[in-house]
Amino acid sequence: MHEDDHDHGAEGAAHGGHAHPPLQKDHDAGTMSPYEVLEEALRSLLIEKGILSAEEIAGAVDLMDSRTPTLGAKVIARAWVDPAFKKRLLKDTRAALLELDIDIGTIAEFATVENTPEVHNVIVCTLCSCYPKMLLGLPPAWYKSLAYRSRTVVDPRGVLGEFGLELPGEVELRVHDSTADLRYLVLPMRPKATRGWSEAALAAIVTRDCMIGTALPRVTAKAGPRRAQRAA
Amino acid sequence: MVNRMSARRLEDSQTPRFAPGDRVQVPSRPVLGHCRTPWYVRGKRGVICAVHGRFRDPERLAYHFPGLPAQVLYKVRFAQQEVWPSYRGRADDHIEIDIYEHWLEPAR
Repeated sequence: MHEDDHDHGAEGAAHGGHAHPPLQKDHDAGTMSPYEVLEEALRSLLIEKGILSAEEIAGAVDLMDSRTPTLGAKVIARAWVDPAFKKRLLKDTRAALLELDIDIGTIAEFATVENTPEVHNVIVCTLCSCYPKMLLGLPPAWYKSLAYRSRTVVDPRGVLGEFGLELPGEVELRVHDSTADLRYLVLPMRPKATRGWSEAALAAIVTRDCMIGTALPRVTAKAGPRRAQRAA
Repeated sequence: MVNRMSARRLEDSQTPRFAPGDRVQVPSRPVLGHCRTPWYVRGKRGVICAVHGRFRDPERLAYHFPGLPAQVLYKVRFAQQEVWPSYRGRADDHIEIDIYEHWLEPAR
């Protein structure tokens, strides 16, 4: 990257006349993996040939980083307060998101699955780690782990139990393996104790895991109508 | 930025081979290379629950072909006990998987 004209890098390893291991390994310390080499070579070539600019690449990374579960929570809260919107969201997720100025791009289609008193939904991608990034941002590390991806299809009730979610015996559990061109969003059930809450207060209880299906929205002492009034 | 990886639904007027409610089976044939039909569902029987539309074939797209002919993508619902004979959850627990038409046959 650049010529080192100072020795900050060595500070962690040796100072004040004694040596100890670095407190934390630098992110870019050590040799590059073959994939990192490939990525850097490909990126340089795309820029060199004028197919993409460095600015466009940085812009795409910025766009991806700007997507967080907060965006998804807004969508869920809207569906909770507006039954007509909820209907449209379930029927055509792409179009409904556009109503909220959320463009999910062209990489994949989206679908929303609704939790009901009879059915609970949970999302997994056994083949890789497909995830509705354009709505929820980057997936958590566990979503990409071999353990979650393999065990969620074989023993979903066991996996949910480890997340602290024990489903009542009479609820059907429906696992969605997002193997292809669709990305899935779970529409959780609105907790009964949230009657009269503002959309902003509702959005605050919708966590990322609620939209993957590994958790349920919880009404805690912190959330509530008082907070709702402040947020509104 | 122009997106060259578009996987969006293609316009289509052809009638899909299967309709919601149809009983289907996933063939057990071997495969070389990129395939989006998980191993664990090969040979299993399920029911079509949705028709997602026509998409480029990922088995060809993965090798820089245009992914044509496009394949109709279905959502197929399988009983967990059909997929995993030793499944420990409820009898009516299900798993739903998106599967392309060339990986589906009418259930025998």
